[in-house]
Formats: sequence, C-alpha cells, structure tokens
Amino acid sequence: MSAKTLYDKIWDAHVAHEAEDGTCLLYIDRHLVHEVTSPQAFEGLRMTGRKVHAPDKTIAVPDHNVPTTAGREDPAQMTEESRIQVEALDKNAKEFGVHYYPVSDVRQGIVHIVGPEQGWTLPGMTVVCGDSHTATHGAFGALAHGIGTSEVEHVLATQTLIQKKSKNMKVEITGKLKPGVTAKDITLAVIGETGTAGGTGYVIEYCGEAIRDLSMEGRMTVCNMAIEGGARAGLIAPDETTFEYVKGRPHAPKGAQWEAALAWWKTLYTDEGAHFDKVITLKGEDIQPVVTWGTSPEDVLPITAVVPSPSDFEGGKVDAAARSIDYMGLTPGQKLTDIEIDTVFIGSCTNGRIEDLRAVAEIVKGKKIKDGMRAMIVPGSGLVRAQAEEEGLSDIFEAAGFEWRLAGCSMCLAMNPDQLAENERCASTSNRNFEGRQGYKGRTHLVSPAMAAAAALTGHLTDVRDMI
Amino acid sequence: MEKFEKLHGIAAPMPLVNIDTDMIIPKVFLKSIQRTGFGANLFDEMRFNRDGTEIPDFVLNKPQYRNAEILVAGDNFGCGSSREHAPWAIADFGIKCVISTSFADIFFNNCFKNGILPIVLPQEQVDILMGDAEKGENARMTVDLEAQEITTSDGQVIPFDVDAFKKHCLLEGLDDIGLTMEKKGAIDAFEAQAEQARPWV
Repeated sequence: MSAKTLYDKIWDAHVAHEAEDGTCLLYIDRHLVHEVTSPQAFEGLRMTGRKVHAPDKTIAVPDHNVPTTAGREDPAQMTEESRIQVEALDKNAKEFGVHYYPVSDVRQGIVHIVGPEQGWTLPGMTVVCGDSHTATHGAFGALAHGIGTSEVEHVLATQTLIQKKSKNMKVEITGKLKPGVTAKDITLAVIGETGTAGGTGYVIEYCGEAIRDLSMEGRMTVCNMAIEGGARAGLIAPDETTFEYVKGRPHAPKGAQWEAALAWWKTLYTDEGAHFDKVITLKGEDIQPVVTWGTSPEDVLPITAVVPSPSDFEGGKVDAAARSIDYMGLTPGQKLTDIEIDTVFIGSCTNGRIEDLRAVAEIVKGKKIKDGMRAMIVPGSGLVRAQAEEEGLSDIFEAAGFEWRLAGCSMCLAMNPDQLAENERCASTSNRNFEGRQGYKGRTHLVSPAMAAAAALTGHLTDVRDMI
Repeated sequence: MEKFEKLHGIAAPMPLVNIDTDMIIPKVFLKSIQRTGFGANLFDEMRFNRDGTEIPDFVLNKPQYRNAEILVAGDNFGCGSSREHAPWAIADFGIKCVISTSFADIFFNNCFKNGILPIVLPQEQVDILMGDAEKGENARMTVDLEAQEITTSDGQVIPFDVDAFKKHCLLEGLDDIGLTMEKKGAIDAFEAQAEQARPWV
C-alpha cells in the first residue's frame, strides 16, 4: 500500500460513494450549525418535506448575533432582525430534533469553541459548519471545513457532501518559538509567507517541533486561520496532547469505546514518504510577534517593521496596497509601534479560549489600560467565562479597566451591537481585517492576545517582548 | 435551480485583488432568513455612500455597466467567509458569470449552487478579458458553457476548463440534494459499515 498523508487517511475513511470522474460523496460525522447561515437551509427542508438525516450528529448554537452584555435574555437587546434569526434557530433545533445550546445555557458560546469543549470534535472525524472558521477543528486531526448554506441543507438532508479531493500541502514550523511569540504569530506569519490564496485547492497539514509543542488551544488558533491562507482545511496529527484534551469531555467516548477509538486515532499520521504537492517551511525561532497593517490577512509584518509603500509590491497588489493604506489611515514608512489604537478586542474563535485570557492577564495584571481606551474581553463560551472567573482572571481584567463580556462572536464580525465606529482603530485578536469587518469604516490590526493586551496598556501597537 | 443558458452580455471590470465576501455583501445584510433580495446591497460599501446615494465612480454605478451580467475580477475573488449571501447577492443583481485567475474555495462551490459560473483563467487571458470589459456596454462577451468557450467582443475565442459534473448540473439546473438522495443505498451501506468500524462516532 502506498504511503498516505493524514488527509488521505481521513478522506479514505469517509468516502460513501465515488463516481467515475472522482466526484465523491463524503460522509459527515459532525455538523455544527449557527443562526446566520442555517435558516434558509431548514426552510429548504421544510419546503421539500425532508428531514434531518442524522439529528444526533447535528449540533446547533447561536453565536454570531447574540449580544454580549448582561441581561441579554431580554429580546429588546437585539435588533428585530437578529432576534428573528436567533428565534428561528430555537424553533428549527426543536422542530428537527438536533442538539442545541440556547443563549440561556452556560455551555453556549462560539460554535468552534463549544464543539471541542463538549467533546463533539474528535480525531479522524469529518466536521462541517456553515462558517469558514470550521477549520479550527483540524487541530484534533479532524477534516473540518466551512460550507455554504446550500451545502448546509445538503448535509442536513443526506449527512454527506459532494466533494472532490483537494491537494496535500505541508506547512512545517521547525524548532522552538522565542518568548512573546504565540500560535497566532505562527498562523499569521504563514499567511504572510503564502498569501491569502497560497492554500487555495489544498488541505494543509501543520507539523514540526513548534507545532508539536503547542497546546490544543494553540493548535486550534493555528488551524482556525488556515482559511485565511485560502486552504480548504488545516490539520494537525493527533498525539498525546490531543488525547489528553479529549479524554473525559461530555461527548468523548468512554470505557471500551475509548480504547477502540484511541487505537484508531494512533494510526492517524502521515506515513513516511507520503507525497505533498506543496511544502512550506518556516523556522520557529525566526517568527516574531506580528501585526497586520492592511485590509487583507496577508498584510503581515513583524511589529518592529514600518508601514510599507505600494511600490514595495507587484501586480494587482500595488493598487490593493494603496487602497489599504488609505483605508487604514496610515503613512508609508511610519513605524508600526507608532500607530495609536482606540479600541482593543480580545475574543473570537481564533483567540477566545482560557489560555488566551491567561496570556492577557499575565500582561495586564496590576496595571491599567490607557486612559480613554475602549477595551473588551469576550470569552468564547459560557464555560470559558466561568473558568476565567474561578481563576480570578476577570477580577484582573476589570481592575485594569477592561469590559468583561458574555460569550459570542461579538466584534470579530460585528453582527451584534459590538462594533467599531467610522475610523475607529482596533487591535484585535480576531481573524479578519477586511474593510468594514468590525464596523463601517472601522480599522483592524490583527494581533495575538498578548500583543492586544500590550496595546491596551500603552495606547499604541506595542512589542510585547518589551513587557515580559 | 435555473438552467445556465449561453450568455451574451456586458462584462464589468473589477481589477482589485482579494475582493472579499465582506465587500460583496457586508454582514449587516446577513440578517435575513430569506435567500432573495440581496442584490440591492451587492458591494454595498463600495457602491453607496452612508446616506444611500450612489458612489458614481464604482463600476456597477456607471451607466454602461448597470446591466452587467459578467464580472471580470482580480485574483482570489470571494475570499473570506462561507456566506452564501455573497453569490445570492451576485445572482440577484443579475450577474451569472465571474472570471478571475483564482477564487476562494467555498465561494467557488457556492456559485455553482446558485446558477453562477465561476471561470478560472491564466493571468494573460484575464488581462485580455479585463481589457475587453473596459470597453463598456458595446463590448458584449459571450460565455458558452456547453462549448466551454468565451468569445470577446472582437471575436477572440478563449477556452476554459470546468468540472464535468458541475457543468452538467449547471446546464441542466439540477438539484444536488435530489441527485444525492438517489444514492441513498450507498449512504446507508456506508453508515452501517462505519457504525461497526467507529461506533464512538
């Protein structure tokens, strides 16, 4: 038998049907659902008289629209349209009998944080969701990717997706990371290297010592942004770190089933000599704390750099860079550390887990955020929030001047009331710096949680290495 | 889904690279629970001022491109979110074909589910079509999916590739779910085998 990659192995284990031209029906083990991309899919089922094929493998949670302020059970806190979407999910989850975590449930949170937290996401699975950041679940060695609403309906009705196989790409991060450098810096540095279309047509496997050394939470941060690199999915082979994280979670296998699962999971690695169509290698020790300066996640530079000039680029990127620099209100040659910040947002499926909050607490403990700064911390789930409170992190945040919010997607995409005003500038731990992403004419600089914390204290983009 | 007929229409040039899904349809418009009506807000922040007046420089506001049915776009069109509202908005506006050197994966798939043909071509050929599109409304391109050919306004023929299955579904306006349900036997058999092999799932 020829050598296989991790992707090949998971793919092969899930092909329910293959046509002569290679078009496959890929069986889906877990389907995660949220309120924004699902109402039309459930409506489609209703109109055609179809049922959900596997309600036990379908998990729904509202996250994009929900307010993050106290008293949010009061529907008056939502706009009429948001309330209708959340209520539609309540109704659809009940009518079609899928697992559901409503806003009032302490387990509610961002779908990509809830899935792993509850043990729905397991190694070797296929996981889809009507959300591009489904890539997050690849951290477990699960083939996980975003789908559109038509595909959501297709999975609800058939538990399969019509797919053709992607190509294999390896991203290796060798060696050790330097102090102050995090999983977020790795994933941004990779996109800076490959560009936002560098992964198009590929599934990425991240490997190498620096990846192995990451916790599960760090690995989720890395895989989360595989989509910003254009890849269909990102994967990391499961190992003891993975098994340790999964064990004992509410929906993880137990007893004899755990042993059987573990035996299979331990076969999920890329065989010696397996073929990759594209390989990228970065040295862990070369990666620095990074920040984005523009309006594409590929606009990445080390914090020690200066704003580039459009003439530094080639082809279509010259005009795009000029447009970005203008939109962001920057000047070529300006030091990144001189860029003043109005707002700090810490949260999202990229960086809304407990370790992210601990990293922030470490920087801000006993200090105060800059006068006039708006700074909010939005935990990724109700359970992350509860744990942070138990560990005393929320006390540290509130003493420093942060707003301590309830769980949701919040200002990552600003579909709820958490938004930037025109020209407001934000250091954000989220995943996209597109024009208008965090609010109309809002300006976003993507950073790690530690870097966001540093900026909150100083009022400008800051090299966190100067604070540790 | 509507069948994709041979298209003879105006092409609008959008040479900007990395046009993302937030540009195509900003999130404030994702709150509908319908599939229709998104065309009015296609490219909203590029197309309209905050007070709702049009930005005259934006390509689809120019008189010669208001009825465009084809977009010729810069690299990596449709990057970002999985929102199908992006192709819904494009289709609702009346655009049936987008041509670029590359598309983001999820957007590309979403197009086919909504009767839109995304065509990938090498840079030199996109440059030719961009030049043709810049001629305005007198320059009508023809996109023939059956023959897999684009014909420029001056008669130059550019062939393109398309996945055979996706082509078949577009030409016939087929519903994916109906097709998959015909393979119910294979899905049931897979489930039975997977239940044995991986009972913890």
